[in-house]
Amino acid sequence: MKADRAFVLAVPWTWLCVFLLAPTAIVLAIAFAQSVDAVPPFSLAHPGLDNFLLIATDPLYRAALMLSLKVAAVSTFFCLLAGYPMALAIARSPARWRLLLLLLVMLPFWTGFLMRINAWIGLLQDNGWINTILATLGASPLQLLYTDTAMYIGLVYTYLPFMVLPLYARLSQLDTELLHAAADLGAAPWRVFLSVTLPLSMPGVWAGVILVFIPTVGEYVIPELLGGPQAQMIGRVLWEEFFNNSDWPTAAAIACAMVLLLLLLPAFVWFMLSRSIQVGRSTR
Amino acid sequence: MGPLQGGALNALLNIAGLTVRFGTIVAVDQLDLRVDPGELFVLLGGSGSGKTTLLRAIGGFVQPDSGNITLDGVRLDALPPHQRAVNTMFQSYALFPHMSVAANVGFGLRMQGLPRTEINKRADEMLELVSLKGYAGRRPSQLSGGQQQRVALARSLAPRPSLLLLDEPLSALDRNLRRDTREELVRLQRRLGIAFILVTHDQEEALTMADRIGVMRDGRLAQVGTPAEVYEQPKTRFVAEFLGAANVLRAVAHDHSAHLELPCLGATVRIATTAMPGPLLLAIRPERVRLGAIDGANALPGIVVDRAYAGEALTHTVRLADDSLMRATQSLRDGLRAAQIDIGSAVTLSWDVDACIVLSE
Repeated sequence: MKADRAFVLAVPWTWLCVFLLAPTAIVLAIAFAQSVDAVPPFSLAHPGLDNFLLIATDPLYRAALMLSLKVAAVSTFFCLLAGYPMALAIARSPARWRLLLLLLVMLPFWTGFLMRINAWIGLLQDNGWINTILATLGASPLQLLYTDTAMYIGLVYTYLPFMVLPLYARLSQLDTELLHAAADLGAAPWRVFLSVTLPLSMPGVWAGVILVFIPTVGEYVIPELLGGPQAQMIGRVLWEEFFNNSDWPTAAAIACAMVLLLLLLPAFVWFMLSRSIQVGRSTR
Repeated sequence: MGPLQGGALNALLNIAGLTVRFGTIVAVDQLDLRVDPGELFVLLGGSGSGKTTLLRAIGGFVQPDSGNITLDGVRLDALPPHQRAVNTMFQSYALFPHMSVAANVGFGLRMQGLPRTEINKRADEMLELVSLKGYAGRRPSQLSGGQQQRVALARSLAPRPSLLLLDEPLSALDRNLRRDTREELVRLQRRLGIAFILVTHDQEEALTMADRIGVMRDGRLAQVGTPAEVYEQPKTRFVAEFLGAANVLRAVAHDHSAHLELPCLGATVRIATTAMPGPLLLAIRPERVRLGAIDGANALPGIVVDRAYAGEALTHTVRLADDSLMRATQSLRDGLRAAQIDIGSAVTLSWDVDACIVLSE
């Protein structure tokens, strides 16, 4: 019995060690190394905090990081704005429609990610579909591709399902009798939403925010393909350090700093959630 | 069933020709009902009888297909739930889990836009009324089932509705707590003077609590009356058997006399009234049937086939000449030994003339 249990646990633990802990440890080690002109291009002869000091003091990295946080925050906000009504509509639709609607939300995942981004390029480029339609309508063409707008469209489009799914999971569990009770006590529909639906869906909101915000901060492909050259997000900087400058230690330090930063956000959310429960218990 | 006795002038709630359909199922069928101010009206019925649907139609959570509902002269059926001056106490209580007990109780008052001090004052009063004074800051999940039930009651009473709808308010409580809560609920209702419509499937609850009972079946009111009327003078076999137990015998009245023939048993019984000539059903409550012959009473011979002990009473099941069964329930005032008769013994069942209930069906 005990051996069975140990075996069962060994599978996920092995997986975690081989594919998560070991690579993380390697990246962490490289972050403390020096860049050298060799293969591999780093040396652990004199480990130190130089790389972390560099990214903390050089305005280039700080600007990239701040831009990434801003882009992620804006994208997350729009995902929430678009995703909440979608999740609510799916959760409130007749049971036989729900699965189909959820499938439609997830359908884009069934085709390749790069294909879908290329499709957006086709739509947004100067002689693309949108500008062609504008031209036939007699309107002047718009510069869409390689702008912040295009980047945000791509980000919101890509990460929307990550917002919709946790929100749907939460909203579909909401006891409709609570909504009836609120209406029965005189709450108009919008007050029912604000006083019952929204507060009870907050765990879903936070889950969606984390699922969208974290990968968006480190996003590389979408800003690279849809955004303009000014969109120097931290993911692009990391790419350039690694592949263009062959500066593995700096790239590793950036990666470690990002991981640390992105661990803080869920911790903060968790803290806020547990605090709100605590506050609710002790006050009236 | 037409409008009930008395004028509808001072009625609180008036329902006329109400029909609710779910697809092909008719949940409430051309129903008329009147409830007076301050009345405790109990809707009694089995599952699927339409009693909860009727309650939800009054509350506004189910759209009627036809008919109308008026409260204090105001048409309710056109209004959304939040504009109706009725409150509902839900079977699941539906307490807001993210709010404190006080915030739950004060919710309706907050929706009315009362000032905060007034809300707190009234919420405290309501909590005191249901003996939950020290629990204002708790979350519903930190309360027992009985406490949650009282919070739900306080919450639905706080906005002082003229009519409160209660959907199986006691069904989630265990038996002993249910009896105490039943009495408490009636006391509270009398004290506040708020009319209650209470839905239940429990006949004991209906008989002990109600000013009037409406027995529902297939979306219609089979009978409406005071508990004693409905129990003593049921109009149909369904009502007689749903409310308490009944021995039902086939009988024939040959003329307008007080004598009925029991063709299957080859016997004649006397009733207190006269019946229309023709076949009919005769019901006798088991507690009115005695074992042993009594002068001037109706009597039938039989053989004891079974005995059921229920603590405060003992029921003998007796097989009659035509193999039908008749039950006789007696109280155990003189003890179990004096009351019980051996299985297989021949007995005479007797009952008073006024114990006969003539059913129309």
